[in-house]
Amino acid sequence: MTTDAMTASDSDPKIRIRGVEKSFGPKRVLDGVDLDVGKGESVVIIGGSGTGKSVLLKCVLGLLHPDTGSIRIDGEETAGASGKERDRLLHKFGMLFQSAALFDSLPVWENVAFRLIHGDKMPRKDAREIAVEKLRAVGLKADVADLFPAELSGGMQKRVGLARAIAAEPEIIFFDEPTTGLDPIMADVINDLIVACREDLGATTLSITHDMASARKIADRIAMIYHGKIIWVGDAEAVDASGNDFVDQFVNGRAEGPIQMELRG
Amino acid sequence: MRNVNFLALIGRMVLAFLRHAGRLSIFTVTAVSHCFRPPFFLRNVGRQMIEIGYYSLPVVGLTAIFSGMVLALQSHTGFARFSAEGAVATVVVLSMTRELGPVLAGLMVAGRIGASMAAEIGTMRVTEQIDALTTLETNPYKYLVAPRLWAATLMLPVLVLVADIIGVFGGYLVGTYKLGFNAGSYIRRTLDYLEVMDVASGLVKAAVFGFLIALIGCYNGYMSRGGAQGVGQATRNAVVGASILILTSNYIITELFFSR
Repeated sequence: MTTDAMTASDSDPKIRIRGVEKSFGPKRVLDGVDLDVGKGESVVIIGGSGTGKSVLLKCVLGLLHPDTGSIRIDGEETAGASGKERDRLLHKFGMLFQSAALFDSLPVWENVAFRLIHGDKMPRKDAREIAVEKLRAVGLKADVADLFPAELSGGMQKRVGLARAIAAEPEIIFFDEPTTGLDPIMADVINDLIVACREDLGATTLSITHDMASARKIADRIAMIYHGKIIWVGDAEAVDASGNDFVDQFVNGRAEGPIQMELRG
Repeated sequence: MRNVNFLALIGRMVLAFLRHAGRLSIFTVTAVSHCFRPPFFLRNVGRQMIEIGYYSLPVVGLTAIFSGMVLALQSHTGFARFSAEGAVATVVVLSMTRELGPVLAGLMVAGRIGASMAAEIGTMRVTEQIDALTTLETNPYKYLVAPRLWAATLMLPVLVLVADIIGVFGGYLVGTYKLGFNAGSYIRRTLDYLEVMDVASGLVKAAVFGFLIALIGCYNGYMSRGGAQGVGQATRNAVVGASILILTSNYIITELFFSR
């Protein structure tokens, strides 16, 4: 465990998570998570299924309320924020969901332009133009704009989800398992897009994944979560020489090791 | 020991009931408060109004015309026992406007619209679309729930008014073509004893039923968990819950209007 690496180089981190705990009934999902994400940095949280990765993201977004602990965005406390405060904070975020979570009742362009139309009150015509432009940025042609999400393949849905996440040019982007369910080539295309989007927008990103190829590609730093705690944080290049048995087992994908797969999550 | 287990079972049931009642109350207050606070998603309200008002017309119309027809037939054969066949037209119009119009339309719409609201919102919940709404700075209550509450509350009275007219027309068809009433006197008898309050009470009922259908549909969808099975359960609960609430509130509203 490398505690010294947990503090980001930047003195005032973009996201500062301290002692966050969250339980569902008797099950403790997050058990005191500490993590810093510096401005413009890309941190990837790795960990097995059911280790609390998604719950942590949802706590930072305010979709779930942590039981205890502090989450600061730009030095501002968000745990327990509500109403207008929360809306103002959400303005900084964009999120790509694991299942893309596109609105299936709306055509693709309206999905991408959703925040511009409803959040920023942009006229629909202008919003559509930006949507088409963002779709082009993620490698989709303009004629996709009028299709409905159900008519798209999984990879295309992910691209549209990405275009929606970046449409309002947020300061912080979350990626929830961006490559899950995609073939290796499409996964790499999505990874490249994530890197490109981040460089274009200069955004801070926090991703969760269990795909090591993806983690290596998009991460500046990697953090490993296990049993609701961050057990290792370090630079992306250092992940193979972490000296941590848990990380080694996960990175190399071995069934034997200190991590025992729980049959009941 | 068996007695203790039995008591524990009752206790669990009471607690579960209270938990649901509490959740529903909070949901109702939140949803209604968002109905009156901007931003309003008028496009969504319009879409729901068309879905509820226009596309429910065939099913509600069919229900109404056959109810009116059977009502005329039944009351004619029944009333013939004490030579009161002349009251058929009045019985049909009063039954339709006061009771059958709103209740039958309400139950049909509960099956048609309540179920689809629960299924749609439930699917959005389990596929993270509701979370996505929040991350896109849009309150799901304002975007999803409030438009449905508005649309159902406004459109059900319109539907019921149409159902009333079609139902009375069904009674007229049977009355004139099968039971041998004179067309003019049937219509006169229909209108003679009809008061504004009969129709108005039915429309008030319709508005309440519409609100309840949308509320229970949205609530069950919003709270659904756990994939396809959860959505299925939400849909079932929405239809059963709305139907029971319609029949219960129907009695209460009737009591308020007519018991003096």
